[in-house]
Amino acid sequence: MSLDHAILDVTVPPIVTDVERGRIRQFAIAIGEENPIYRDRDAAVAAGHPDVLAPPTFLFGLELENSNVFADLAAHGVDLGNVLHGEQQFRYFADVHAGDRVTFESAYVDAYSKASGALDFLVRRSTVTRDGTVVAELESVSVIKNPGGKK
Amino acid sequence: MTSSTPTTDVVAELRPGAISRTTLALFAGASGDHNPIHIDIDSAKASGMEDVFAHGMLSMAYLGRLLTDWIPQSRIRELSTRFTAITPVHAEPVLTAAIREIVTVDGEQRAHLDLNVVLADGTRTLTGTAVVAWSDPGELANATLVP
Repeated sequence: MSLDHAILDVTVPPIVTDVERGRIRQFAIAIGEENPIYRDRDAAVAAGHPDVLAPPTFLFGLELENSNVFADLAAHGVDLGNVLHGEQQFRYFADVHAGDRVTFESAYVDAYSKASGALDFLVRRSTVTRDGTVVAELESVSVIKNPGGKK
Repeated sequence: MTSSTPTTDVVAELRPGAISRTTLALFAGASGDHNPIHIDIDSAKASGMEDVFAHGMLSMAYLGRLLTDWIPQSRIRELSTRFTAITPVHAEPVLTAAIREIVTVDGEQRAHLDLNVVLADGTRTLTGTAVVAWSDPGELANATLVP
């Protein structure tokens, strides 16, 4: 079964979550980032930051793990094993640090098919705010493989 | 945009090394990207793959590292990627950033970068772009093509 475009009508509840210092440190370790401003509070403060700095792509996973994205896809006919990440975009307006509480407001904004229905594309856009100020915007394009084409 | 300086200089390169299964497990937990196809070979095989493969966002995180190794993170305005091929476990990605042009937007000089991730066998797994502030607004009078 292919993607049910009714997913565009899904209202995505806002996600409010805390940016955690230990989590940023683990992220830095996982990607081999050795700059101490991503690992150590004192080093970050010495470099002029209020706390350790969230790396450029950190917000993506923070939203994903707190979101209903996989459940939304499954509820609209998608086998998660057929989902690929096609494109990802970030726009930055301010640094995000450990200790920040951020809000993700997201929507599925576009869905379309290509290759006679063998591929579905789903675009999700998220605005990230801190204390009401936009700190980043994210846009993801998921690619859903439909081996049998559109049914 | 009031000015544009075309150039194609590679300004940054990163070779994070072979991607191990341990890296995939650590990245899944640390990033919050828990799709089992990246960490559970049973799940990968159930989806028709021979083995697990790296998160696209791991490559993008390396791109972030490439940039922040080179310039302060606060100068990154945009980071965009297209994922063009799967990165198998054990692959050794090579990441590069090249300057496409320097433009001035709203009084700020910005470099537009072309980003690429290529594996040892020549497979291009990711193409991308970034926009970075080329100098602080207060330094514009003395801006040069070297950060």
